[in-house]
Amino acid sequence: MYGSGYIYEDEKEKKRKVGEEDPVLLAEFEAKIDRGEKIEADDWMPFEYRRQLTRMIEQHAHSEIIGALPEGTWITRAPNFKRKLALIAKVQDEIGHAQLLYSAAETLGKTREEMLSDLLSGKSKYSNVFNYPANTWADIAIIGWLIDAAAIVNQAINAKGSYAPYCRALERICYEESFHLKQGHDNVVYLATGTKKQRDMVQEALIRWWKPLIHFFGPPDSDSVHSDKLMKWRVKLASNDDMRNQFFDIYIPKIKELELEIPFNMNKDEKTGNWNFDDPDWDEFYRVIKGDGPCNKERLQVRNWAVSHGEWVRNALSKPNIKSTAPLV
Amino acid sequence: MSLDPRIKRVLLNDEVYKLEKDKCWTTFEVFHQKKTGAQHTHVGCVHSPNHKLAMVFAKEQYGRRLACVNLWVIKTTDIFSLRHEDSDMFNSAITQDKKYRDAGGFKVREKINAFKNRNK
Repeated sequence: MYGSGYIYEDEKEKKRKVGEEDPVLLAEFEAKIDRGEKIEADDWMPFEYRRQLTRMIEQHAHSEIIGALPEGTWITRAPNFKRKLALIAKVQDEIGHAQLLYSAAETLGKTREEMLSDLLSGKSKYSNVFNYPANTWADIAIIGWLIDAAAIVNQAINAKGSYAPYCRALERICYEESFHLKQGHDNVVYLATGTKKQRDMVQEALIRWWKPLIHFFGPPDSDSVHSDKLMKWRVKLASNDDMRNQFFDIYIPKIKELELEIPFNMNKDEKTGNWNFDDPDWDEFYRVIKGDGPCNKERLQVRNWAVSHGEWVRNALSKPNIKSTAPLV
Repeated sequence: MSLDPRIKRVLLNDEVYKLEKDKCWTTFEVFHQKKTGAQHTHVGCVHSPNHKLAMVFAKEQYGRRLACVNLWVIKTTDIFSLRHEDSDMFNSAITQDKKYRDAGGFKVREKINAFKNRNK
């Protein structure tokens, strides 16, 4: 979802939309994309392309930062040393991904400070799944496996997009995410093949996360605004339903082999290849986007706390006459 | 009740912290060397107020997961580059007209074979 699901719309920005682009430049731009060439930061691009990409990459970056919060809180409570080391490495990776993505978004003209400011003020969104709590260690297992798996489906598709700086960031991210997926799967398998208590724990976590997982890829194609232009410009490369179906195709069998129960009726229509499932309450999805999820407030509070408590460090770094930077070398 | 230990430990205020835009940092391009003697390759950038911190971030970001023996950081604004739309100026490097300076532009095997056949 944070790759190409919903793109947060802001009324003021909409009005700024340039109605007419230079038709010659636009034709050249589109021909270039049709030939499979990538767009670099200093190439001409339509205003709408720049706007949508900025939003998409920025929201992806925010999702990495906020996504590290539910997992980060479990580092101190990991069940053993190996799991703890893996979780620390994963959380550090996620923060690194945010840095890569902010760098990619910056090439489009928005400063990192503006992006961070928009996150804190709630203007800019992040993936909905991170507004749900990680109640137990089994939630961490499910997040590490299935949320990261869903993210990989999305990112691997987006890595074939047209904007070169974003593609380069995504390639590196996918390489690291493969470890996240593996450690998450290992974690789930360990619990699912363990004692009854462990199995119950992971089963309950799966029940908690299944709805947010369905929501992850964004609203169904029938409800979402079709954007042929974004497809044509290779900003969006697959529809929400296509990505969701791809995720179900790969991971439902893997869940079933562990004999875990999926809390929804999931039926694949073999003719169309689409999965049919119970109503996942899309109203809830929109409510959570608007800020009314179980953890929205908490997530932003933690970010605000981190930013305001780190301010003195940034101020110290900005001092031009600084005599010593010893701790950093 | 939140399970986040940080929420339980610290008193959070509700005020939204505003970043000051005039305190923007800048970007530094990072070049990464895989092994001694290899070329430094551009791998991406970091965001920092100065070179020293840029190097710290570069180590974290680009030296943590892949083989690396050395890093360079260069202020993005210090890079003087051509524009991609001018890339046609390099067409002469790959044009068919200049085969005379490529190894592949010299094909002698056919002539040698013909010569050998003639002298049989």
